Amino acid sequence: MSWIDIGHIDNIPLRGARVVKTHLGCVAIFRTAEAEVFATSDRCPHEGGPLSEGIVHGNAVTCPLHSLVFDLNTGQAQGTDEGKVATYPVRLESGRILIDATALKSRSAA
Amino acid sequence: MSKQKLVVIGAGMASGRVLEHLFEAQPDEWDVTLFNAEARGNYNRIMLSPVLSGEKSYAEIVTHDDDWYAAHDVACRFGESVVKIDRAAKQVIGKNGAVAYDKLLIATGSAPFIIPVQGKDLPGVITYRDLDDTNAMIDACGKGGSAVVIGGGLLGLEAAAGLAMRGMQVTVLHLTGHLMDRQLDAAAGYLLRNDLEKRGITIKTKASTQAILGKDHVEAVLLEGGETLPADLVVMAVGIRPETRLANDAHLVVARGIEVSAQMQTSDPDIFAVGECVEFNEQLFGLVAPLYDQAKVVANSLLGQDDVFVAKDTATKLKVTGCDLFSAGDFAEGPGREDIVFRDPSRGIYKRLVIEEDRLIGVVMYGDTADGNWFFGLIKDGTDIDEMRETLIFGPAFQGGAASDPLSAVAALPLDAEICGCNGVCKGTIVDAIAAGATDLSAVRAKTKASGSCGTCTGLVEQVLQVTLGDAFQVSTAQPMCGCTDLTHEDVRRLIKSKALKSQAAVWQELGWNTPNGCPSCRPAINFYLIADWPTEYQDDPQSRFVNERKHANIQKDGTFSVMPRMWGGITNPAELRALADAADKYKVPTVKVTGGQRIDLLGVKGEDLPAIWADLNAVGLVSGHAYSKGLRTVKTCVGTDHCRFGTQDSTGLGIKLEKVLWGSWTPHKVKLGVSGCPRNCAEATCKDIGIICVDSGYQISVGGAAGMDLKETEALAVAASEQEAIDLTIAFVQLYRENAKYLDRAYKWVAKVGLDWVKTQVVDDLDERARLIAAFDLSQSIYRKDPWANHVATKAASYAPLADLTLEAAE
Repeated sequence: MSWIDIGHIDNIPLRGARVVKTHLGCVAIFRTAEAEVFATSDRCPHEGGPLSEGIVHGNAVTCPLHSLVFDLNTGQAQGTDEGKVATYPVRLESGRILIDATALKSRSAA
Repeated sequence: MSKQKLVVIGAGMASGRVLEHLFEAQPDEWDVTLFNAEARGNYNRIMLSPVLSGEKSYAEIVTHDDDWYAAHDVACRFGESVVKIDRAAKQVIGKNGAVAYDKLLIATGSAPFIIPVQGKDLPGVITYRDLDDTNAMIDACGKGGSAVVIGGGLLGLEAAAGLAMRGMQVTVLHLTGHLMDRQLDAAAGYLLRNDLEKRGITIKTKASTQAILGKDHVEAVLLEGGETLPADLVVMAVGIRPETRLANDAHLVVARGIEVSAQMQTSDPDIFAVGECVEFNEQLFGLVAPLYDQAKVVANSLLGQDDVFVAKDTATKLKVTGCDLFSAGDFAEGPGREDIVFRDPSRGIYKRLVIEEDRLIGVVMYGDTADGNWFFGLIKDGTDIDEMRETLIFGPAFQGGAASDPLSAVAALPLDAEICGCNGVCKGTIVDAIAAGATDLSAVRAKTKASGSCGTCTGLVEQVLQVTLGDAFQVSTAQPMCGCTDLTHEDVRRLIKSKALKSQAAVWQELGWNTPNGCPSCRPAINFYLIADWPTEYQDDPQSRFVNERKHANIQKDGTFSVMPRMWGGITNPAELRALADAADKYKVPTVKVTGGQRIDLLGVKGEDLPAIWADLNAVGLVSGHAYSKGLRTVKTCVGTDHCRFGTQDSTGLGIKLEKVLWGSWTPHKVKLGVSGCPRNCAEATCKDIGIICVDSGYQISVGGAAGMDLKETEALAVAASEQEAIDLTIAFVQLYRENAKYLDRAYKWVAKVGLDWVKTQVVDDLDERARLIAAFDLSQSIYRKDPWANHVATKAASYAPLADLTLEAAE
């Protein structure tokens, strides 16, 4: 793994998200608690809605376009909906958010 | 054989425990030298809080006294700091001379984190680590005055409580949204805050310190945002970091702490480390339980016995008398993890268990922590809890042999158990009422008053009905707000007012939410209710809003946004039109559309361009049109007496005045107005939420129209003689709607529920109530009648850009 520093956790509001641009598209970074972050593809597999703009509740996000709910741990759509978003390893160190660059490169396989 | 020479740097709880183990196993084989920068031996640091509060004395917390050190022949070099470790010569060099070692134990503990603000070195600014700090605080208390504690974690709160017990005026500043955020979730943090505030401690969360002010001594603390808090004493308790300077200088491997193996050995095999200064498997340690485990391993390693340190879960308790909290394990949410939440609002109790694969993995408790260690035992042992799951939250007392039934807890309650705390109704009274013919909730409520006040025991009363009546009982069919609660929207609104709930955490806790922080249906509703009821006290939470209201623009199906500025009463001018045209060019807006609300929409703007386009539009005076909000949208007008030969009044002027008064306000659903200058009604006012038709004699005001999924004509509310009266009636109607309607009910739906007659009595007939409504609306507007675009351009523009752009990094 190779960890890249993408910013401080205080730059993401609690129960909010920001995006990181990558060569392979936008990745959404979610802050679910004071010190808890998740990363998934920003694109809803349904109609491409930006997940980073959704309401974050518990460890899930609701897509702003058609209200599909995704579990941020697994990327799996919840309830009766189908679909899955790619998730990426991300961790916190002294408030800095680190994302695994290796996983971002293998994104097309995800 | 000569004795082995052991030098220990630091006389703390961990190293003290190492020496105990060592002397127990080999009493006469070690020649120990003990350095301590503090001029005293080992004492129980955990008990400093009771010393500060006056509940204990220093003598009571000493763990190793002079006699103990003498009995074990320890050369005590207390009050002497160590200058360096000379690994080549195997010597520790103290201020008063060197001493040789065969084995060295570093137990330097931790150093308090000092936030790098101006004034941090002023006299009167202290940390909270040792007895000297504690004594300095006790001395300061003798003089009285105000104390500011920076940091609302374990240590900071213990300091705050101790200072408050000694009579200081204490304010706690905490950077994040709730106290002890590393050990507690928001609900428990809220209860803790309530308890501390009851003791007279002021708590400020989301408070960032900008500077500490004072000339020769601390005088005040300046917060970001400009607030100044007077302070005769400032305690910094923002955190600790491992004290690694000696190890660093000796070139041992140090990450955040001194790196050790599972045998507690550093990168030099003759040097061990223990306690808060070490790092093991990327983990640091601050609580005493793992430190004692480490101490045992160090002792065994020194004795040449195999032993391995394993980092285990630890539990946290706050040592503040009367604040009962407990947390252990992992209580973040996750896939396959389920919560069991128990709340008893009247007694201030909150318990949350986190379960994964039939194992308990985390627990947070507040108010009643008696079962904490039992739960902690289940976590540590990985006990399968499937069998006792239904009653697990009630603790070990309920884990008898009988098969568990979800209702058994209620069934098992004695007849004198209190069910309704507000009205003092016990189970027996309810059972008697049921026997006497009260067979549903409302009958029981009418007869016994149980659940008739705050309503939070409604579920319990229903369970008593169910247990007593069996299959004959039908659960009520009122639609709950969402899956997080059994309460209806109406219940929640009523309770927010009657119980003065002023934060989302307060609503979740006091009304017994069964999720940690709500869901996408209840969060926006509660955010609105709190804004409407407590405009000056509650702060809007953008994260509880749908994206459109959070970003002040409408999201489109391709993820771009639309930008629509206000055109007051549908009036614009060449400068505004030029600015719109320029913006459309500059930001390559694909579609420019004239809307039904008499304004111009720029569709297809990229999210990250929003602050820039807003700034351009703000420059000619254009502000947000709130075309995205549950709030005032437009006031559509005709040209009225200014130009029209049939016009009876200045309908355009009235429309502009109404829009200028109402804009920016949040409402249960969107609000649209129309003002027509004559009964020909060119502004189509009679299908709006509020429509005004001007006639010769005045203004006909009608409400509750719809032209969406439902089509409905407005109904007459009143006839106003003057323009001012028309404005007053409109404001009063909007405020009544804000205070009473269910979130996402348009005005017509709400009027149908409460009845137009009731609305008329409040808004038209009762002049005092009308005045109160107008005053309440004005107060709310003092905060919300502002342009959110200008505000976001000034304060939040950066949040519209990506957090990071990795496409700019060189490709590897």
